[in-house]
This record gives sequence, structure tokens and C-alpha cells, in this order.
Amino acid sequence: MRLQARTTVLWQWLLFAPVAAVVSAFTLCALLIVWADASVWEAYALVIKGAVGSRFGITETLTRATPLIFTGLAAAAAFRAKLWNIGGEGQFYMGALVATVLGTGLLPLPAWLLIPLLLIAGAAAGGVTLLLPTLLKARYRVDEVVTTLLLNFIILLFVSYLLDGPIKDPMSLGWPQAKSVIDEGVIPPLIEKSRLHYGFIFALLASTGFWLLLYRMRLGYEIRAVGSNPIAARFAGIKVNRVLLKTALLSGGIAGIGGVCELAGLKGYLTLDISPGFGYSGIAVAMLALLHPLAVAPAAIFISAVFVGTDSMSRALNIPSYLADVLVASSILLVMVFVLFSRYRIVKG
Amino acid sequence: MFWEILIQAGFWAAAVRIATTYLLGTLGELLCERVGVLNLGIEGIMTVGAMAGWMWAYHTGDLWSAVLFAFFIGCMAGLLHAILTVFLGLSQHVSGIGITLLLSSLSYYVFRMLLPSTTTPPKIIPFDEVEIPLLSDLPVIGEAFFNQSPMTYLAVGITLLFLYVLNRTPLGLALRLVGENPAAADSQGIPVYLVRTGAVMVGSGLMAIGGAFLTLSHFDAFYFGMINGRGWICVALVIFASWRPGKAFWGVILFAAIEAFQLRVKSITGGLPYQFYLMLPYIVSILALVFLAKNAAYPRSLLIPYRRGER
Repeated sequence: MRLQARTTVLWQWLLFAPVAAVVSAFTLCALLIVWADASVWEAYALVIKGAVGSRFGITETLTRATPLIFTGLAAAAAFRAKLWNIGGEGQFYMGALVATVLGTGLLPLPAWLLIPLLLIAGAAAGGVTLLLPTLLKARYRVDEVVTTLLLNFIILLFVSYLLDGPIKDPMSLGWPQAKSVIDEGVIPPLIEKSRLHYGFIFALLASTGFWLLLYRMRLGYEIRAVGSNPIAARFAGIKVNRVLLKTALLSGGIAGIGGVCELAGLKGYLTLDISPGFGYSGIAVAMLALLHPLAVAPAAIFISAVFVGTDSMSRALNIPSYLADVLVASSILLVMVFVLFSRYRIVKG
Repeated sequence: MFWEILIQAGFWAAAVRIATTYLLGTLGELLCERVGVLNLGIEGIMTVGAMAGWMWAYHTGDLWSAVLFAFFIGCMAGLLHAILTVFLGLSQHVSGIGITLLLSSLSYYVFRMLLPSTTTPPKIIPFDEVEIPLLSDLPVIGEAFFNQSPMTYLAVGITLLFLYVLNRTPLGLALRLVGENPAAADSQGIPVYLVRTGAVMVGSGLMAIGGAFLTLSHFDAFYFGMINGRGWICVALVIFASWRPGKAFWGVILFAAIEAFQLRVKSITGGLPYQFYLMLPYIVSILALVFLAKNAAYPRSLLIPYRRGER
């Protein structure tokens, strides 16, 4: 048995691949539920009920999807240029950190000025954070996977240091947390009596903007060219390194905005656990979306629903909530396999 | 003060202890990359090795079979990575990250399932240090290097085995050829897929033993997030060692010495906030990459899947 390239790409397969991956992931994880002595149907019914079965569930799913859309877009933007940015987590924290520094009273500005300013500053912080590893890649051929991963740890320790001292809220009774964002900097809620905020709208705008950039603008064309074949792109007159640096600013910037929105829209103040791994889950979002900008938001909402639903299910049935992470991680691997079969088929011999 | 630390036997003993996990992880990653497969599953494989080895020892009370079990689980993880990247030729980056996420969360799930309601993690009796006769009687050096966990001696033995097999045997030649030029290896009748799969499995097994060292020897319990980036540091150390087992050995010792040194300096001076000391290993790794990566002699087929007849 071996793989043989198909003469044409099966587009039906490509659309079907994420669905097939998710169904397979849920089927495999049923074994873990059986092991926990629970009924699989009941467990999955509770997941669905917890995620979309109530007004609270739905708004909670969308709230939790907001940072995932940003980190998912960040991963998709970078992966499209084959820039392996695994540092979404760190860039997310840098965005939240800069918003904390500027938004907790340093700049006494009206809301219409302060909120855009915080978003821009967060984007700049995230972008610069990814610019450094990309410069090292372009100039010294340092593998960006390792540097972006290691930077996540460095940034988290740096934030931890700042929360212990320089930006610690003196009123926090010893907890390592920063002062709250001032009222003018708070991103307003979208629906009353819920935690959903305008950050969700910003995330959808970012998705649309990224789609326009990728398919309607020159930089997008260059990103796609560099991603599919950097050597050919160079011969076509594209300055590959320059495109990579622009991609880095874009990708890191989007992740940074995600951090600002989570801080100013939801949490209010910076702590060390503002992101439970949104940067890493963003990679899963991007993969499930097959790196397409418009598919990122649905993929993020789906993955968020898995997290929210599993949370409430695991409390009801006493199953460890790590099940959600297992589901998401196995769908990353499975979606790659299903996508492969849109381009290859198995033949004998 | 600086020099005083460097001549303490206790300092070097700590450095060698810290080095063991890195050495096993680095050798495992090195083996994978020498045949052309980047294995970013290392962080998750170390986590699952730490969990599985500890859980085995906790239930059976036997340490050596726990090491073997961790190795076996690591091999299975390697098989998964090999199926995805060698046979199916999928992106080694994404597959590795996916495996890391999968195995970390699966380890935590299994740990919680088997030990549901423990607030303080239960402990096992870890490996005791074993004195090597005669050598351990040497002043300073004896206490530093020849009174260590048996798993540390195992790691050193595996390094020597690596040096011999890679450089002096037909198997080593086959491994290197597959990593440099798989088409040429194929034309020589070397089964490229099998060699790659075997190397990735054994390499992943070694990573898992590296993780298990933490729970079976260095500490006595499994904690959530205990690998804490050690796997990623091993990936950097492989580049630092330019894919040579001998250089990997000295690189790991140097790196572990820096880590042991920051632990000691911290307890003496206490000047800087502790977070900056904890950052040091990650910063050193990045700096090492910056200085070395440009001239690094990558295995030529690294990241490139082999499909017969395709260019």
C-alpha cells in the first residue's frame, strides 16, 4: 500500500474533512467516557446542552470563542506564510500587559479615544513580540518554532514578576493581580446580563479584514505565494524576508489584540491565568479552519462550545474536564489526515 | 563566591542530576532528527513518560519495570508520530504540536481518573543513589559524578551506545544516510520508512524515560505542568550540539551547570526577583541558537517527507 497523488484535489473532501475529524475525535474519546463509567450518550448530550442549551450557555460559548478567534487568526495568518508561530500565548499576554500599563489610569482619555488606543498598543506589542523571532529566522536562520515556544515561558515569567511588584494592585490583598482597567477603557458588553462584549464583534471584523487582505490585497497574495513555495516566490520578485516580517507583525498583532479584548472586555484586570492556553488552542482553531480566514470564527465557536460544554458536563458526571483538551488535540491530528486524502489516495503496490 | 560554587561537589552533583532529563530528551530528539523527522511531540512525550512511569511504580512498587513501561509508552507515541509524518508525510510541525497537546492532556486525564480525589500528590520511594566502587572514593569528583541515580548512569551508557552505533556500525550508516539522502538509501535497499519509524519510536521512548527520571528519581511525585518547557529546551540543545551525541553530552552538562548555578546564586544573593533566574535557561537556549544556528549542519532531509518517485 502506498499513497498516490490524485490528479485533482477533491474539494468535497476538503469541506468534509473538519466534520469527519471532529466526529472521529468524539468517537475515540467516547472510550475515555466509558472508562469513567458514564453513559456516552448522556455525557455528549450534556456537553451540547451545556454549550448551546441555554441563553447562558450560548453567550458563554461566544464569550470564550472571542479570544480563540483572535489566536486562531494569528496562527492561520502565520501558518499561511509557513511561519510557524507557536508563540500566540506570549503575544496574547503582551497585548494584555500593554493594555494594563496604559489602561489602568496612566492615560486619562475618553472612551472613544482610549479603547482604540489600547487595541493599537496591544497589536504593536504582540507584533513586536513575534518580530524578534522572525528577524532571527530571517537573519540567522534560527528555527522560529523553538524561539516562539521558549518566548512564551519568558513572557509568562516576566508578567509574573511585574504582577509581584511594579504593576501589582496595592489593594489586592497579596494576590498577584494588577489594577483594574479604568471605566473609559472597558470594552462595553454586547448583550445585557451576559459576559459577552464588543470584543466578539472586533474578532469578526478582524476575520473579515484578514480575508480581504489575504485574497484581495497584494500582501495577501505575497503571503500565500511565500507559504506555498518560497523559492518560486523569490524568483517571482517577492522579497520573502520582508513578507515574513510583515506577516509576523500581522499575526502577532492579532494575538495581541486578543489579549487586549480579553482584558478590557471580560476580566478587567491582569492575572497570570488570564489565558488558559488560548494561544495553543488557537493552533487547533486554525487547523480545523484549514487556515481559511472566514472559517476561523466558526471553528473557534465550535472549540469554545466543546470547552464550555465539557466543563458543565464534567461537573455533572464527575469526569475530568481535561477531556475537552483531549478532544481538541485529537481533532488537530485527525483533520490533517482527512485533508491529506483530498490530495492523495491509497493504492496497492 | 563565583569560584567557590564551582568547586563544590554538591553543585556538580546537582548539575549532573539536572542534566539527566535533558540528556535523555536531547538524545531522543537527536535520533529522530538524524533520520529526518523533527519531533515536537517531545514535550507531551516527556509528560506522558513522567506520568506513566510514576503510575506504574505507584501501583507495582517496582522502579525498573516502571522505566521500561515509560519507554514502551514513549515508543507508542513515536509510532503515532511516525505514522503521521513518515508514512502519511504530514507536516512534522503540526503533528508534533498536536501530539504534545494530546499527550499532555491525556496524561492529566488519566492521572485524574486513576487518582480522583487527591489534594496532596501521593509519593513513591524513588531511586536511591548508587556509589560506584573506587571511583566514588575520589575527593570531590567522586561525590559529584560517581554517586548518582542508576538512571543517570543509564543515560551516560546510552550516550556511549549512541556514539558507537551512529559512527561505527552499518546501522548507524543506514540511519545517517536515511537522514541525509533517503532516495540514495532507498536505492541501496535500505527500507527508509522502517528505519525512520524505528528511530522515531526509540527516540520517543528515550524522551519518555527522560520524563520518567523526574518522577522516579529527581522527585517522587507527578505534578501538573512539571515538564515545564524542558522538552522544548531539548529541541534547542540538539541544534546546539549540531546533531552529534558527543557534543550533546557536553552541551547538556554545560546547560545543566548553568541551571544548577542559578539555583545556588539565587539562594545566596536573593537580589533579583526569582522570575529572572527561572528565565535564564530559556534565554540561554535562545542565545545559543542565535550564535550557532547559521552554521548548523542540518540533516539534509529534515522536515522533508520521503515519497518514492516524488521529488
